[in-house]
Amino acid sequence: MDVNTKLIKKNAFRVTKVRGMTASRVRVPGGHLEAKYLGMVQEIAEEFGNGTVHITSRQGFEIPGIPFEKMPEVNSRLQPIIEGLGINQTDPGTGYPASGTRNITACPGNRICPYACYDTTAFAQRIEKAIFPNDLHFKVALTGCPNDCAKVRMHDFGIIGMTEPQFEPERCVNCGACIKYCRKKSVEALQRVKFRPQRNEEKCIGCGECVINCPMRAWTRSEQKYYKLTLLGRTGKRNPRLGEDFIKWIDEDSIVKIIVNAYEYVTKYVDPEAPGGKEHIGYIVDRTGFEEFEKFIMQGVTLPEKAEVFKPLYWKGPHFDR
Amino acid sequence: MGYILSPEAADRLIASLADDCLVFAPKRFVGGAVFSDLDCIRYGEVKTAGEIVFDQKSDYSFKEILTPVCQALFYFTEDQIKEADAPEKGAVVFLRSCDLHAVKRLDDIYLNNGEEDYYYRRLRDRVKFVVMGCSEAFDSCFCVDMGTNVPEGYNMSMEPAEGGFAIDCRDAELDELLGSLADRECDVEPSHVEETKTRVKIPEGLTQDVMRSKIWDEYDGRCIACGRCNFVCPTCTCYTMQDLFYTENGRVGERRRVQASCMVDGFTDVAGGGSYRKKNGERMRFKTLHKALDYKQRFGYQMCVGCGRCDDVCPEYISFSRILNRLGDMMEEVNTDAE
Repeated sequence: MDVNTKLIKKNAFRVTKVRGMTASRVRVPGGHLEAKYLGMVQEIAEEFGNGTVHITSRQGFEIPGIPFEKMPEVNSRLQPIIEGLGINQTDPGTGYPASGTRNITACPGNRICPYACYDTTAFAQRIEKAIFPNDLHFKVALTGCPNDCAKVRMHDFGIIGMTEPQFEPERCVNCGACIKYCRKKSVEALQRVKFRPQRNEEKCIGCGECVINCPMRAWTRSEQKYYKLTLLGRTGKRNPRLGEDFIKWIDEDSIVKIIVNAYEYVTKYVDPEAPGGKEHIGYIVDRTGFEEFEKFIMQGVTLPEKAEVFKPLYWKGPHFDR
Repeated sequence: MGYILSPEAADRLIASLADDCLVFAPKRFVGGAVFSDLDCIRYGEVKTAGEIVFDQKSDYSFKEILTPVCQALFYFTEDQIKEADAPEKGAVVFLRSCDLHAVKRLDDIYLNNGEEDYYYRRLRDRVKFVVMGCSEAFDSCFCVDMGTNVPEGYNMSMEPAEGGFAIDCRDAELDELLGSLADRECDVEPSHVEETKTRVKIPEGLTQDVMRSKIWDEYDGRCIACGRCNFVCPTCTCYTMQDLFYTENGRVGERRRVQASCMVDGFTDVAGGGSYRKKNGERMRFKTLHKALDYKQRFGYQMCVGCGRCDDVCPEYISFSRILNRLGDMMEEVNTDAE
């Protein structure tokens, strides 16, 4: 049996434990899809695979037990899923054009969750459109609010939804709900001053608990949507670590530019000896220094006035290599 | 007199009303809801007919115009006080039949319940009401059972009809204005509903004994005492006082009153540190019996107008209409226990 493993991996198939068997990896940007695609995944699994499907930790499907020779057929059966989910593709019918840039994951966002500050799936799809296909190993995740259910701090780029609470004093009845919930569920950024909540803007993380718990609509959400962008978190063997806050109160456009810009940096500095050309961005930045990385990613980025950039950045996490 | 107005003529009507007074109506506050990317429908000033939301129930009631959420009463310094100015202009308020019936409740509490409330009176005297006809009830409405479905005592009615608006005018001043704007005159009767999906029956023989029911305890755990049910209610009238001393000069300040809720912590706090009704179930009981029993004993009719906003707004999905409907079971429970 002759299989070019380098090529099939880039086509979103994997070398599995079972000799002669591959697995097809279906990406679902933003983790939300019309139910009809589940039926298509089921059909592929039952006709070409071993009848099982793994729901991946990156919100995709992995269909195992597919003989290598069935890949072209599977690719043609994947076509409606690829098209339906809006995946960029050059040659229809040939499956996924890359796998290095991983599926962009998201919490349910404001399509479902009351805490979410934005539509995480829609933003994930926008980023997917901007960065996929690419063979470089990028991990991007989005979460609707600072609860970070999507665990975005374990990604190269973590996007956390924020809202800037707007206060209309004439609608405040001094019930204290905002202050209580900010203290108990968030960061205690509110205190009562002369019958009204006073917001510590520096401390506020934009979670929206005050808005959610205000019975009067005295607190409402800002029209502009804001985000926190965290950088270069990772899992893995050597030095797993959480992403650090880079920019607080950043806007959607700037985030997209920053992620797109990072590809140029990685192309230039990725270790040419890295196995499979795959290296977490964080390790590259550990070599070049953050300033060089920042120079690349901030090209052409105009941040909103409110944006706070945190520098210098230091990451933590255990170093198992030392 | 009845009129049919084109949308453009209706805009002109609102614009010319707005020249002389403040026009308040349910309007859309884009992104103004609790959760992101959702709108809030609540009262605000409008300048055109197009801004008025006819096809949805407002999340909050009109009462904010007559009993402002936060209202300065007077300003003080040393031995002087200055009364807060009344609004320069009068107001026209758009509201549905249930809310129009709520005005009677507000009037009875503020004007016919001992000493007249001065601040209420000075706003109330300068308000005209435009009733918005209801061609069908919303899911949580129960106006028919509360006897508030037919509008009474309005200055004007207005509702979408024939691609424009149908208007019934009972006010000489407005009639004059309408005569010059209307496409045509005809008989108009504001729509009202005769049946609702939600039905409510408050038992006739309701007594204080119902306080002893165990059912109230259920709400200890379910209710979070946020007060939304009170704040959206068109008939809740409680307020609290705030004496505010300005930061820059502590001898100068203002007294204001703000809406209050019998569900929220602090409502029953008294001097010396006492607090009654600590449990949320007790608060629910108090609120329910104030509406369904005490008010009726004092004024001879039910306080609740059946607008259903409390059901719509409760984040814990507690239905006040269901509580009213459970009063019968509760009476049975306490009567059986007594035997």
